[in-house]
Amino acid sequence: MYSVILATASRYLLVLLLMFSVFLLLRGHNEPGGGFVGGLVAAAAYALYFIANGIDAARTILRFEPLNIIATGLLVAIASTLPSLAAGEQFMTAVWIDTGVPLIGKVGTPLLFDLGVYFLVLGITLTILFSLAEEDRP
Amino acid sequence: MLYKRFRENFGWIAVTFPLFMFFGFLSRYPQIAAGEVIRESVLWVPSLGINFSFLLDGLSLSFVLIITLIGAAVFLYAGVYMKAYAQTGRFYVYIGIFMTSMLGLVLSDNMLLMFVFWELTSISSFLLIGFNHHKESSRKSALQALLVTGGGGLALLSGIILLYRITGSFEISSFYNMNGIITSHDLYPPIVILMLIGAFTKSAQFPFHFWLPNAMEAPTPVSAYLHSATMVKAGVYLIARMNHEIGGTPLWQDTVLVTGAVTMVFAALLAFKQTDLKKLLAYSTLSVLGTLVMLLGIGSKLAIKAFFIYLIAHSLYKGTLFLVAGTLDHATGTRDVTKLGGLRKLMPMTTLTAALASFSMMGVIPLVGFIGKETVYKSILELEYWGTFLISAAVCANAFVVMITLFVGFKPFWGAILPTPKSPHEAPLKMLIGPAVLAMLGLLFGLFPNFFISTMLEQSAESILSETLSLKISIWEGFNLVLLLSFLTLLLGGGLYLVRARVADRVRKVSLPALVRPSAWYDGAVEGMLSFARLQTRIVQNGYLRNYIIVIMVTTVSLASFVLYQSVGEVSVAPDFSITFYEGALACIVLVATLLLIISRSRLKSIVALGVLGFSIGIIFVIYGAPDLALTAFAIETLNVILFVLVLYRLPRFLKLSRSSNRVRDALIATSVGVFMTLTVLFASSFELSSELKRFFSGASVPDGKGRNVVNVILVDFRALDTLGEITVLAIAALGVFALLKLKPGGRK
Repeated sequence: MYSVILATASRYLLVLLLMFSVFLLLRGHNEPGGGFVGGLVAAAAYALYFIANGIDAARTILRFEPLNIIATGLLVAIASTLPSLAAGEQFMTAVWIDTGVPLIGKVGTPLLFDLGVYFLVLGITLTILFSLAEEDRP
Repeated sequence: MLYKRFRENFGWIAVTFPLFMFFGFLSRYPQIAAGEVIRESVLWVPSLGINFSFLLDGLSLSFVLIITLIGAAVFLYAGVYMKAYAQTGRFYVYIGIFMTSMLGLVLSDNMLLMFVFWELTSISSFLLIGFNHHKESSRKSALQALLVTGGGGLALLSGIILLYRITGSFEISSFYNMNGIITSHDLYPPIVILMLIGAFTKSAQFPFHFWLPNAMEAPTPVSAYLHSATMVKAGVYLIARMNHEIGGTPLWQDTVLVTGAVTMVFAALLAFKQTDLKKLLAYSTLSVLGTLVMLLGIGSKLAIKAFFIYLIAHSLYKGTLFLVAGTLDHATGTRDVTKLGGLRKLMPMTTLTAALASFSMMGVIPLVGFIGKETVYKSILELEYWGTFLISAAVCANAFVVMITLFVGFKPFWGAILPTPKSPHEAPLKMLIGPAVLAMLGLLFGLFPNFFISTMLEQSAESILSETLSLKISIWEGFNLVLLLSFLTLLLGGGLYLVRARVADRVRKVSLPALVRPSAWYDGAVEGMLSFARLQTRIVQNGYLRNYIIVIMVTTVSLASFVLYQSVGEVSVAPDFSITFYEGALACIVLVATLLLIISRSRLKSIVALGVLGFSIGIIFVIYGAPDLALTAFAIETLNVILFVLVLYRLPRFLKLSRSSNRVRDALIATSVGVFMTLTVLFASSFELSSELKRFFSGASVPDGKGRNVVNVILVDFRALDTLGEITVLAIAALGVFALLKLKPGGRK
């Protein structure tokens, strides 16, 4: 079943939801939010797009293979633990850099870690979702 | 990668690795010779007492030098020999792993570290035996070796842990002076038995010997390196290393002595009916390993001296002979000794090398093997009680070894030329250098024993017995009983060789009854284990998801409610009936949704009901001030519904599959789980929780974690390691789902 209204709306909603998910990711440190829920929202955005436009369109707009997104997420999360080793601290100690730029402020490895979680959750959800969706394909 | 580019001459490149190690360690020789002990230590898991601590003393240096020297010969040799095989690059990786772990084994001071290396040698041995993995016998032998040595490794680990309970440390050097405490402890007998099982399986002592001849399936360089010169000596090394710490008691000495002696004789007898070059050598290796173990069991000064000389001599000549056997195989295409003969004209260098090594193996003056055998006899004769019996056993066993030597070292080269599958030719230079150098060393060590061996012997004895030997090694001690015995051995061996040709056919037909063949025990044990595993799998893993869930639920509830029931008197649950409007409304929604979920006859309705349930729970989180949880719950519920719909699409029409009795059972289980959870929550909330964690996290969140959202700071900073673990598990789960859905039998992508 193809709905023009849903298909049109989903194009705008996708962008909005993705922005919202990044917003959730970034504010996670101080307010409710974080990588996990951010990733889920992003996945929901693609899920909506997939419901409206079908699996091929969703895959095209995602551009990356969900499995690769999982791998990226894990890599980023692990990479975020390396600066602490480089700085000679205990493994996984958070390292913060004060950029001094207004609005951005301090940037630290926990954010990077959260970003990894974000990608990972997105990747996992989409892997499962897309695999299931492609089930009935010949 | 490097291998591909330098395929032709890779042997030369590879050989630099062991040679570099050899000279590196040789440079420590003066230090060790002066009685110094070098230690290096890096903390690994200090809280468990596991450290990378290494120790270099006389004993380990001797082993290191043997390992690297023979390693160099074998690496070079394999450069040519392995060309016929596919995936030679892999071979070098395996054998490199082996050499490194073997070095680690003899150098570690920490018992757990040693155990790790111990297992690594088992694994690399497994990989190397199974190198021809397309042959079934290779795979079977590899598995057999792995199971036997791995099982022994587990026994060793248990022994190590028991030992830890007595000493409180894993460092070998730290219980140097604790012999009295250890041997008088209640746990001492199990420790000795477990450790010895470990050592005996590794060194292929009776009744674990059967894996070694089968391990001859490996390419010849591997047999030469792992299964004669180094890995099988690991067990011997362990016994020698632990001798001072936990030895000295009748239990230890007698077990070691008897096992060694039995292996020595038994293996020699078994060799009688073999005709394969490598199998013959393998049985003689077994016999020698038995002798070495027996010498450690005797444990006198002289015995240790004999042990040490014999160890070096054996490594040198057996490595050489294996390589020669490989050369013969390479050149002629057969390893059956009865089909070889008269090759001396065609392969002069190999003949010479083989002869040198063989003389050493037979114990002919003036090679190092002669000194070895002389001292062995002498140390046995010293024994009062067992002396006569053991010396006849030793002479017998050695006579058989002499016979084997005649077969392997001389038979192929002398006499009439016999037709072979390939036309024989002299081996290339790279295959000659290694064995020739080793054989020459055997001669040099024999001619100048004091220069080469004495110092290391002194230091090793220090490690084994913690006494100085002050015994001179000399090659000529005049005409005496020992020399007579040596001659007797040679004569007997020659006689056996002649006799064998006549009775061989009859002997080959005799096969031992299964009861006295440990390999039959092994087969039985493996078979039994497999059928038990099948039975267990049938019961536990029946393939029905609902049964798994039932088992999990019932087990949890029954176990946990037992605990709950026991502590029921301690708490009084005071129900709080002050409900707000929202809470009441939510409860109603939840109840209605649940009811709908159960009685609905359409799947879609059930899913919608499930979604409603999830969202209501999310709202509960909101009411109780957990916005993070609520947010996540909403997101997950949304996706859940989508997923369910996708799955639903694939399911057949709704059918009433379960019988009513099943439904009653399910309802009972579900209700009991629900009641149990409610009670647990009530129970938990009736305690005043210690708020220390809460205070710490709330307090530390902003200054240390630089964030005001405590939950998130905990997740990504304070307990980030946990999160890392969780996301890894999630990723693996996703891969599992992907594999389940995408990879189907039939190859549809």
